[in-house]
Amino acid sequence: MIRTLAVATTLGALTATTALAQGIDVKLGVLNDRSGVYADLSGEGSVVAARMAVEDFDAAAKGLNVTIISADHQNKPDIGSNIARQWYDADGVNAILDVPTSSVALAVADITAEKNGVLINSGAGSTALTREQCKPTTIHWTYDTAALANGTGASMTNAGGKKWFFLTADYAFGHSLEENTAAVVKASGGEVVGTVNVPFPAQDFSSFLLQAQGSGADVIGLANAGGDTVNAIKQASEFGITQAGQKLAALLFFVTDVHALGAQTAQGLSLTEAFYWDQNDQTRAWSERFMAIHGKQPTMVQAGVYSGTMAYLAAVQAVGSAKDGAAVAAKMKEADIEDPLFGTVKVRGDGRATHNMYLFQVKSPDKSTGEWDLYEQIATISGEDAFLPMLPECDFTKK
Amino acid sequence: MFELLGIPPQVLLGQLLLGLINGSFYAVLSLGLAVIFGLLNIINFAHGALYMMGAFVAWMLLNYFGIGYWWALILAPVIVGGFGIVLERTILSRLYKLDHLYGLLLTFGLALIIQGLFRNYYGISGLPYQIPAELAGGYNLGFMYLPNYRAWVVIASAAVCFGAWFLIEKTRLGAYLRAATENPTLVGAFGINVPLMVMLTYGAGVALAGFAGVLAAPIYSVNPNMGADLIIVVFAVVVIGGMGSILGAILTGYVLGLVEGLARVFFPEGSAVVIFVIMAIVLLVKPEGLFGRAN
Repeated sequence: MIRTLAVATTLGALTATTALAQGIDVKLGVLNDRSGVYADLSGEGSVVAARMAVEDFDAAAKGLNVTIISADHQNKPDIGSNIARQWYDADGVNAILDVPTSSVALAVADITAEKNGVLINSGAGSTALTREQCKPTTIHWTYDTAALANGTGASMTNAGGKKWFFLTADYAFGHSLEENTAAVVKASGGEVVGTVNVPFPAQDFSSFLLQAQGSGADVIGLANAGGDTVNAIKQASEFGITQAGQKLAALLFFVTDVHALGAQTAQGLSLTEAFYWDQNDQTRAWSERFMAIHGKQPTMVQAGVYSGTMAYLAAVQAVGSAKDGAAVAAKMKEADIEDPLFGTVKVRGDGRATHNMYLFQVKSPDKSTGEWDLYEQIATISGEDAFLPMLPECDFTKK
Repeated sequence: MFELLGIPPQVLLGQLLLGLINGSFYAVLSLGLAVIFGLLNIINFAHGALYMMGAFVAWMLLNYFGIGYWWALILAPVIVGGFGIVLERTILSRLYKLDHLYGLLLTFGLALIIQGLFRNYYGISGLPYQIPAELAGGYNLGFMYLPNYRAWVVIASAAVCFGAWFLIEKTRLGAYLRAATENPTLVGAFGINVPLMVMLTYGAGVALAGFAGVLAAPIYSVNPNMGADLIIVVFAVVVIGGMGSILGAILTGYVLGLVEGLARVFFPEGSAVVIFVIMAIVLLVKPEGLFGRAN
């Protein structure tokens, strides 16, 4: 009797295992910068965010066997492409997440379309991902340069900053950010009184800042990123430029950069982001868990990896398989997504995820209650106003 | 009122002054490199990483021990110099008999390791460090606003450069050092402890990098890559001045700072390249450098 029971139990256990093994296998690859300039805003934090998404989605209980792998693309398109190919061809990866640095993102988007995977981009800024080089398998989740320009450019011009002077990082990204912002400034009734192209990367901005000061501009637009922006802001404060009434507009700036500057130096700075940890109870609760694991507050890029992964897993579950990337991406575009961090997200036919963007101002040190208490929310920009309209030829839901 | 190529003189004066300030950093850093190369024959590629360490040590002193800028200006170079001495004793001293290339490769590797460690623990975006309260603010000179801190940078670096030059060229200790580079065996035979001198020299050269790091912390982003971006320019400065020439390194540092400042007004896109163009020309015309001695 006991023997039969034992056999039955064993059989039962075996069947249970088989049932699990028949679940949907999903393999996610987080491809980002793990050692260079974008390592803090994406890097390991994005992997942490992806893992939290798998946990919160309760993937195992829903029959999804999710594995996550990660790699460093070193901000080089050739390295990023090689890893993406290897992942799709040999490692059975279904979707690639994050991918900051536009040149790498565009290369990976091509490969993803060719291999019928899904690219859920959170880290890159180029609008080309959903415009000139749009693909049915690309989802661009968090932000793009146009949204940043619309946020910071329009609001500062409307607030009276009519004359702009740009300090532009002298490479593709800087020029595209300047171009987007200048267009918005002009459309809002402002003018561009000058531009100086600053070699990238630069340590000393004082010469360029004095040129901007001499131009009599109301606003100095910083069309650069990371350490360059930090240096420019630090030195603008040192040379009394901000104190004299000229405003700085950091066109691409993340909470980790503000943290690096400190509230003392960064105070009063306007910037646009899609997410800030201290927005509501949900963002606070999530960020607290993230902080407990990662030791830093999440950036909008890391939050975007979380939300994008959640949406992707839901689509995979609905489709019933992760094999056909185009089908999963199409599923993600079907209905509005209620996301705990980004609110209502609509993924358009071109793959652009639209959601609210927010204009923040950096708090002064006396108002800041902790090292991460940095932003005050000034305005909310709706997804329709923030992002560029869809190009008809990129609407893959109509094809 | 005269104008030069459409640039008003106030702007030009302002840019020249800024060039002088940047030149101060080049001078202190290239001085350290020149001292180390002149006396140890080591091409110290870790110099940028040690400069970065100087800035980080200043930050650590403030945040872990509450020690402010002024003490950091003394303590950080001592700590970084001490670290340099450990490096010299344990690793570098094994390379003196080999070709320069080995020293270069080794110190390059060390620089990558040091930068990697700092990146691992402190991230890449950097850490905040404020200008000391005594030096906040500035003066309006009429043609530009000069922050007090920048004026201090020029004075401090000029004093340190003069001190180092005086010590090496005009004192007995300096004479021993110079003799030891010419012929270590003979100097040793006179009862002078040459390995000790070499060790202290490396420590002092490295301390100069640490000193420049502390000077830079309040005005530049304190991040693990801050030295890597700067070191290439500083090497160009040393090459232009002539490897191993103390005075050459100092003067070239200031002059190239000025040249770069002018380039930023007339041709900003080329300002990052101008030093390397000058380096190429100098190497073609006078390969030993402007102040170097032909071998």
